[in-house]
Amino acid sequence: MNQSVIARRRFLLASVSLMAAVPTIGCAQAYSGALPWSANANGSPKPVDPAGWTYFTPEEVAVIDALVDRLIPADDLSPGGKDVGITVYIDRQLSGPFGNDSWFYMSPPFQEGYPGQGVQSPVTPAQRYRKSIAALETYCHGAYAGKGFAQIPPDEQDRLIGQMETGTLQLGKLSSKAFFQMLWQNTKEGFFADPVYGGNKDMAGWRMIGFPGARYDYRDWVTKYNQPYPLPPIGIKTHPDWS
Amino acid sequence: MSKMRFLTQAAAGLGFTALAGLAMAQTAPGDAQTIAQGKYLATAGDCAACHTAPGGQPMAGGLAIQTPFGKIIAPNITPDKATGIGNMSDAEFIKALKQGIGHSGHLYPAMPYVYYNKVPDDQILAIRAYLNTLKPVDHKVVSDQLPFPYNIRAAMIGWNLLFFPDKGDFKPDASQSAAWNRGAYLVQGLEHCAACHTPKNALGGDETGHEFQGSIVDGMNAPNITASWNGIGSWSVQDIADYLKTGHNQYAVASGPMAEAVKNSTSQLTDADVKAMAVYIKSQAGAGGTAPAPVAANDPAMLAGAKIYNDECAACHTGSGMGKAGIFPALVKSPVVQADKPATLIGIVLHGGHGVGIPTAPTAPAMPSFGWLLSDQQIADVATYVRNSWGNAAPAVSADEVSKARAGKSN
Amino acid sequence: MVKTLPRKDVAIVGLGWTGSILAYELTGAGLDVVAIERGEWRDTATDFPPAWAPDELRYGVRLDLFQRPAQGTVTLRNNMSQTALPVRQFVSFLPGNGVGGAGVHWNGMTYRFLPTDFKLRSHVTQRYGAKAIPDDMTIQDWGVTYEEMEPYYDKFEKLAGISGKAGNLNGQIQPGGNPFEGARSSEYPTRPTTPTYGPSLFAKAAESLGYHPFHVPSGNLSESYTNPLGVTMGQCSYCGFCERFGCGNYSKSSPQTCVLPALMLRKTFEARTKCNVTRINLDNTGKKATGVTYVDAKGEEVYQPADMVLVCNFSFNAVHLLMVSGIGTMYDPTTGKGTVGRNYAYQCDSGVALQLPEGTHLNKFIAGGAIGMVIDDFNGDNFDHTGLGFIGGGNMGATVTGGRPIQQLSMMPGQPSWGAGWKKAAKESYQTVYGLGAQGSSYSYKDCYLDLDPTYKDPYGSPLLRMTFDWKQNELKMSAYITAKLEQIAKAMGAVSTHAAPRKGNYTVTVYQSTHNTGGAVMGDDPSTSVVNKYGQSWDVPNVFVFGAALFPQNHGYNPTGTVGAQAYLGADGIVNQYIKSPGALLHI
Repeated sequence: MNQSVIARRRFLLASVSLMAAVPTIGCAQAYSGALPWSANANGSPKPVDPAGWTYFTPEEVAVIDALVDRLIPADDLSPGGKDVGITVYIDRQLSGPFGNDSWFYMSPPFQEGYPGQGVQSPVTPAQRYRKSIAALETYCHGAYAGKGFAQIPPDEQDRLIGQMETGTLQLGKLSSKAFFQMLWQNTKEGFFADPVYGGNKDMAGWRMIGFPGARYDYRDWVTKYNQPYPLPPIGIKTHPDWS
Repeated sequence: MSKMRFLTQAAAGLGFTALAGLAMAQTAPGDAQTIAQGKYLATAGDCAACHTAPGGQPMAGGLAIQTPFGKIIAPNITPDKATGIGNMSDAEFIKALKQGIGHSGHLYPAMPYVYYNKVPDDQILAIRAYLNTLKPVDHKVVSDQLPFPYNIRAAMIGWNLLFFPDKGDFKPDASQSAAWNRGAYLVQGLEHCAACHTPKNALGGDETGHEFQGSIVDGMNAPNITASWNGIGSWSVQDIADYLKTGHNQYAVASGPMAEAVKNSTSQLTDADVKAMAVYIKSQAGAGGTAPAPVAANDPAMLAGAKIYNDECAACHTGSGMGKAGIFPALVKSPVVQADKPATLIGIVLHGGHGVGIPTAPTAPAMPSFGWLLSDQQIADVATYVRNSWGNAAPAVSADEVSKARAGKSN
Repeated sequence: MVKTLPRKDVAIVGLGWTGSILAYELTGAGLDVVAIERGEWRDTATDFPPAWAPDELRYGVRLDLFQRPAQGTVTLRNNMSQTALPVRQFVSFLPGNGVGGAGVHWNGMTYRFLPTDFKLRSHVTQRYGAKAIPDDMTIQDWGVTYEEMEPYYDKFEKLAGISGKAGNLNGQIQPGGNPFEGARSSEYPTRPTTPTYGPSLFAKAAESLGYHPFHVPSGNLSESYTNPLGVTMGQCSYCGFCERFGCGNYSKSSPQTCVLPALMLRKTFEARTKCNVTRINLDNTGKKATGVTYVDAKGEEVYQPADMVLVCNFSFNAVHLLMVSGIGTMYDPTTGKGTVGRNYAYQCDSGVALQLPEGTHLNKFIAGGAIGMVIDDFNGDNFDHTGLGFIGGGNMGATVTGGRPIQQLSMMPGQPSWGAGWKKAAKESYQTVYGLGAQGSSYSYKDCYLDLDPTYKDPYGSPLLRMTFDWKQNELKMSAYITAKLEQIAKAMGAVSTHAAPRKGNYTVTVYQSTHNTGGAVMGDDPSTSVVNKYGQSWDVPNVFVFGAALFPQNHGYNPTGTVGAQAYLGADGIVNQYIKSPGALLHI
């Protein structure tokens, strides 16, 4: 028992008011009296564990590996799409809110509109990948004597990707062009999104173009016009130069 | 006051307990001026901090406070006769505030009577007059919930003998200015600044000779507020006054317990009183001494810390460590940053922090938590870096200190 | 079973810029105010601190801070003969969500509309004759003049700490500012931002062609600033994560950084989050609102009685709320009668890509959402339209908001679209390809409007808002003209090659263009052509006020927020100084 109890009392009260009372009215949260705040806030994204698959089957992984290795081929600018983790990235996205369109308006009726009305398909990205990969494999098995997309030569792979890009390749009922657009968009994301999401391994995408990543303060370089920025990239949880 | 006289008084206090029930309330209704004065003094003393529970009726009893020994609850001090202080006589009220002697014997020094003892009786009674104007609230508070043997209040007599030697109304120092004396009176008395800012001895009494040299309370620094090297010597009287009045100045932003003190008490004092407190605080020379040699800039911890600082801290606190007045605290020459044991620095990096907001200075900037991102070693490194950059100097921080803080243990 | 709560003086729907400004002004006048917000509470240090704010995938691509179409969307058709279909994913425009609203993720460009914009129809008629206005164009005067708005613009700019350089101070043209702007009563509260490399090249080139470049009035602050509410902001660190992102270091003007800290200390204010207001309740006369009904996160229906209802949500949602509540008369495009839903307009944006010489280091990642250099030489009626075949114009210049690689890696046309060739082109383009933008006016038309969709419903069972909108010849000609002027400046920047992309064809929701969706509840001085008066007060239900860009009678060549903020202050003035003393219609026609 001692005088520091006074101080302690202050501390406890401070903590209580800082954690501020967020009473509820019904299920709403009501805020009044002071700005709410809570200690240990952590809204950062949970880093992707690169091990295993959350959506793709091993057969699908082989196809996506092959596709992203042609879209982002390994060369002196960067490793290939598979090695920078793009397949891992897409797999994790497809098992999350993106994969099942859960943030989008998905109420029926679904009607084919004109292109300016935007996507009108009930097919979710996860379904689109699954069906399109299966159709691509079916096509390849027929056209290349039983070989899958991953087994055919790179030139042939590029030719098929080109046909998907223009929509001339028939992939079942779904548009190969729509699949290409989604795949290419997701590939770029896996190449350039923060490494925390499973792609852009070693920030290879950022290093290729010279993007410094998640840096937040360029004040000392604003007027250094036309001079190369000197610092390497960092990610939200990727800081190679920290010990 | 001699020990003998004190002992006599204390004994008399115990004796009084038996008669308490017979004592008649004898407070006359105060005049408006006295009530206003009392309200002001109650604000200075921050009575509500303990005696009003968050969301509760004013002064009708506080939250239970967990101590290592058990629970204490600040009692109901509304004029309710049954559960408040309605039946207390003025003499009893004065005794409670100034000597820690209440209805049932000695109060625990959670009640800052050690400091309120400096306050003259007429001012104590002004507080009473103000409390008498509050709505009586029927709210029974069993303030003493300590288990045996700590519930034996008489034990406090011995404590008081040891650590409450300097009794008596505040006596002005004729060699100092009126402002200094007013400030000393407030700082030593109602504002009870020493309760947090003066280091405590093993039994929790103020360490004499170390007034205002900083302490650690529940894992946070109550910083050194003297002029010593790791204090606030660089702050002007105006800087100190700004801080007390608004919760921030060009260097610092109040957070944690001090945020509450600013919000509930010092921000509501008159400019003259705040200035007076600043004059007195500014006169505290502290222990003297000089800063230690800073950790060398090429020390591995400093090199590692610099990289973390530039990536995670500079966007707000700026590369020069100067921050921005009113929103991002300066790390340069900060007593919190340079504290011997940097409990607040570590805690704020780990858990985040929230500055005070009051109507005249509402910003209430917040520091994000980094406990999710930085390892113990990384927090130690960046803490070491800010403690030893831009002219700062303080011992390096170890990963072990951070680890203990993360686990909720004090260092 | 609807739960009924105790009465409040004021219920505010949506806690963004206008909601927080009105709440602050009205609690200041002693009123008991509750703000009801559909989204979550949002705060700098706990929701978007620097450590994870710069996340392009989460915020830029997946749009974490925005309204999710699953919460409600609109349907679109280009003309009345088509079947509207739901906008299932937001691409063309991105309505905000949560406390702070669009003020959290906006870029911070804070313009004033031109004096002639406020009296568009009468000005054009006077200068070019009535025939200059196409028959189906329904532009009109605002019912308020620039001069009346000026003190409120000033107030909003001081609230938000806007960084800029005056071009017209009390009638005196100032060097370095925008000489075309209306007279300002005071300088901007903070000095202009420092241009990055691209904007510096643009300014030089524009000046060499005789134009008048000036700094974008910026809500990314050039210096630390304390506003009249006592709230302090930090200095922009040029992180390049403004547009679509929350600002981690308190340097972008927002309700969070400018209003909420002071508002939350007001004892008569309460914010309620995760509550979706589904209708404004009216009494049996239909002329008085009694409160609002909302659905909380548990799906429970709650009735909040209130003496006044302020509609402060995004323009679409405001118009939708009026429609489903039966406030005002629905617009009928065939007769031109009715007002609610009338004069929906947008922003006719276009751009010019330019390739700078190899070896250039644009460092576009060093950027702010509103840090750039622009000209107003081809905006509004700042240039002679005689013989041009269109009216209107746009603000244009160098306003690249970042170098985010997924969304902002611009390449010249004709480059390989994937594979090794794309990689090489991407690397080369990243530092050498720049983009200039033009933000064109979008005037209103008889058959561009909002109503309720006959088929699709939101999660609460209300019909979705239906948008019928397309580009018209006037806007396409305007875009072609000003984009060509912009391309000339691009060439003068030392470009190796340029590519102009004026707005063409039909309106589509598949490409991001702008979230400056305006109109549908337009203001004016004639109840037959407007939903609210200049204070935002409903002509039909005088204790309902509407704020935001839904009030714009047509859209002009600027970002809307400065005008939205100013009009909110005008409305607050009307409520505090007139309505409270004598509730009822503030203007009588």
